[in-house]
Amino acid sequence: MTAQLEYPDIQDSDALLSVQGLWKVFGPKAQRVPHRPELAGLDRADLYAKTGCTAAVRDLSFDVAPGEVFVVMGLSGSGKSTLVRCLTRLIEPTAGRLVFEGEDLRAADEKRLRALRRSKFSMVFQHFGLLPHRKVIDNVSYGLEIRGESKPDRRRRAQEVIDLVGLAGNEHLYPEQLSGGMQQRVGLARALANDPDVLLFDEPFSALDPLIRREMQTEVVRLHREVGKTMVFITHDLSEALKLGDRILLMRDGAAVQLGTGDELVGAPADDYVREFVRDVQRADVLTLRWIARRPRDGEPLDGPELGPDVLVREATRLVLEADRPVKVVSNGTLLGVIGDEEILAVVADN
Amino acid sequence: MAAITSDLEVEVRRPRRSVVVGVLLVVWVAAYFVLRGIDTLVLGGQETTSLHRWLTEHRDDVGQGNAFFDAIRIVVDHFVVLLQNLISQPSFDRPVPVIGWLGVVAIAAYCAWAFGNWKVAVLTAAGLGFVGLQGLWQESMDTLALTVAAVLLSLLVAIPLGIWAGLSNRAFRVATLALDLMQTLPTFVYLAPLTLFFAIGPAAATIATLIYAAPPAVRLTAHAIRSVPPESVEAARSLGSTRGQTLLKVLLPMSRSTVVVGINQTIMAALSMVTVAALIDAPGLGQTVLKALQTLDVGVAFNAGLAIVVIAIVLDRVTTAAGDRPWRTASVRRKVLLGAGAVAVLVAVWFSRTYVWAAEFPSDVNVGSRIAVVASDVTAWVQDVFGGFTYGVRDAVTIGLLNPLEGLLTGSPWWLVSAVVVALAFLLGGWRGAVPAAVCLGLLVATGVWQDSMVTLASTLLATVVVVAVGLALGVWAGRNHRVDIWIRPVLDAGQTMPPFVYLVPFLALFGTSRFTAIAAAVVFAVPVTTKIVADGIKAVPVVTVEAANSVGSSTWQVISKVQLPVARRAITLAVNQGLIYVLSMVVCGGLVGAGALGYDVVAGFAQSELYGKGLAAGLAIVLLGVMLDRITQAAARRTQNFQGVQGRGDKR
Repeated sequence: MTAQLEYPDIQDSDALLSVQGLWKVFGPKAQRVPHRPELAGLDRADLYAKTGCTAAVRDLSFDVAPGEVFVVMGLSGSGKSTLVRCLTRLIEPTAGRLVFEGEDLRAADEKRLRALRRSKFSMVFQHFGLLPHRKVIDNVSYGLEIRGESKPDRRRRAQEVIDLVGLAGNEHLYPEQLSGGMQQRVGLARALANDPDVLLFDEPFSALDPLIRREMQTEVVRLHREVGKTMVFITHDLSEALKLGDRILLMRDGAAVQLGTGDELVGAPADDYVREFVRDVQRADVLTLRWIARRPRDGEPLDGPELGPDVLVREATRLVLEADRPVKVVSNGTLLGVIGDEEILAVVADN
Repeated sequence: MAAITSDLEVEVRRPRRSVVVGVLLVVWVAAYFVLRGIDTLVLGGQETTSLHRWLTEHRDDVGQGNAFFDAIRIVVDHFVVLLQNLISQPSFDRPVPVIGWLGVVAIAAYCAWAFGNWKVAVLTAAGLGFVGLQGLWQESMDTLALTVAAVLLSLLVAIPLGIWAGLSNRAFRVATLALDLMQTLPTFVYLAPLTLFFAIGPAAATIATLIYAAPPAVRLTAHAIRSVPPESVEAARSLGSTRGQTLLKVLLPMSRSTVVVGINQTIMAALSMVTVAALIDAPGLGQTVLKALQTLDVGVAFNAGLAIVVIAIVLDRVTTAAGDRPWRTASVRRKVLLGAGAVAVLVAVWFSRTYVWAAEFPSDVNVGSRIAVVASDVTAWVQDVFGGFTYGVRDAVTIGLLNPLEGLLTGSPWWLVSAVVVALAFLLGGWRGAVPAAVCLGLLVATGVWQDSMVTLASTLLATVVVVAVGLALGVWAGRNHRVDIWIRPVLDAGQTMPPFVYLVPFLALFGTSRFTAIAAAVVFAVPVTTKIVADGIKAVPVVTVEAANSVGSSTWQVISKVQLPVARRAITLAVNQGLIYVLSMVVCGGLVGAGALGYDVVAGFAQSELYGKGLAAGLAIVLLGVMLDRITQAAARRTQNFQGVQGRGDKR
């Protein structure tokens, strides 16, 4: 099963959140690093040796479209968690621009920032960050409470999201009485409660068992379908990234290595690092026919069955192998190429 | 040692250091025989130096008439008197306090139930009933009133300070530094200088107590706030909480149980200080113990000491239970019961204001005098039966160990002792040890009570050696054996909650008045803390490390000596440090039971106005001794830490 969601049309003009040249440098006199080219160009070890600074995020630029699930992936220490905190200035960025709905977030004062956090952004944390002294329902309604909503209102709203994430019946338990998966549902409900435009996930399922993790991933896919929020999702797990992400940003040492859809990363890795990263992926589940179609050879029969370019290799395997002639890949009436047994087997047998 | 063989330099240097120390001591003893009696700075009991006289003359210049200190004293005084009127002293033209014993017991038990559970409520009622039966109701209430006043005032200052130190890194650093210094000062020492500012009496006692009792609350509040998981704080911020909201709705509720532990320690410290403050004329049980000690009436001292212990246990259990209460809100049933209980308490208070039997504790059943008689009889019996033995032990240790050590310290010229101590400090702790040692010794000479300081130092060193030996043995045992740990820990905890005063009583019975009595009491007083720190250090040695040592076939002794002790070295140095400080404070208390020296000087300073200045100087000398010993052991600890650090960091730099 794959959970590829439909790609929204991405254009710069209607980006919901736009990140331009973002830097976060930790250390003494961090300000100078992004602004001085001779420092900005140094790699991690040299930068530390020379300035005592570490660049957790270096010169990142990307746009997130409304309704998109944007995944940031990288190994631990690659700066992805810092990045997601910079987006709402939980960590103050060192340089760069953050534009949300046309508003410059970096220019927002404390009060405006709080207002944005109360209504536009919500975050889900790796270790849940729940408040142990509050019942589930009071955890969920925390965000509503601090923005001054009346008790009946917030109870009603909290109950809605508790039902939505499948926590009904647990409202009056305390977090410590719940399993890890259930606790993260509370975290999710809390994030959904104040009806934000953007949901930020910081490795939300890393601390969970594999089975629970898969269940929660499916849950996120379902929620995305139902409530249609824009999501920025941090993970170090490639299969999670491929399962959830419309587009994936792969980070290394704070910098972007490649930005693209899942099949772009697998089909056309930007460098050896990405290639190594995606090596163990079930390619047949990720690649579409677009990636393996070849030009028809001379004299090859072109009257085989037709398939679209976005069909997954796995789904086309049976048809291609059973057909006695090459399958045509056709998009809007144009022949993109053909696929024979060899091409299919190269992908499927590669696993 | 196996743990550090990789560093060749260290391996060569270590044996050399112990050899140097040995040579140094031998040279000292040799020099002692040559230079004995020269420059020993003797000062007789009633003799004073010009510094002492100057201090005596100017005793009133600082505090009295100074609007600031007077204002503080008056406010505190009113507060204490208010509490005393409520529960202990006849007040408002009535022959009895505002609330009689029945009301106090009811209120106390109700609070214990509301904050803790019904078990500690029963304990509270039983404990208060018991001290009443001992015939010590009024004294106990005085002690309680002073303790409550001091605790409330402490918390009023300590909790905000703790929150500040929890939120700001800079405040935290400053606070840690100040608190470390405050905790190295023995209880006793706070008293003398404070009388300069606040005269003597309940107000001064309360102020001394609140200064002594505040540090644990500050420290633990700061610690609690700092250890709230950053993710919870971040989550609150990410939802748009203001700073005030984050503090009130996240940080403080999540710190609650640790803060309560801090409050518990504050209460215990306050109780012990209120008792000791009897020296500066604080009313209450301490007064009873003190008078009995001075007249060597073991029975009465024991009875009052028992009352202090009972109150200590009650306060400790109640606050511990309060800290253990889970997050959950009260059930409807409990809420109803609490309401009903409140009504019952009001009824009890009304009774205690209306009927004499509920106001004054009935005196017809006086268990106290019987306890006193039994205690005196037991003491007499013990002295008859074991007297030969205990006095024999006392005399053997005194003549065999204490007198020679004291002779060496007091008989050598002051410059020789100073040179040896500074050299030792340098060998153990480098410049960080030697410089403070030199400064402290110089000031010690200036105080004019050099010889008394050396007597106190001799007792302290001897007691510390015993404490460290016993503490190490017990600590290693408890650290390695879970069952022992479970059994020993409540005993140690109980030991630590008792005011130091109380320890003197049984030892007075066993050994009479002597220096040895103070040493024995000091050992018992300091062993719990040393044992606990060692046990925790041993337990903190990673299981894998011990397994690895076992897997290559080490014997038990090899595991202890080559793995657990070296790895736990930091904890052990800390244990020695704490042991020293505890011993010092107790040895000084020993001034009350014939240990003489600095402790006696301080007590005499309180009692005789012409010796006031000398007492103050002696108090200062105690502080100097404490600071010196603390700095040397801390410097030594830092050094051993560096040995391990060199290995760990070697590859990076």
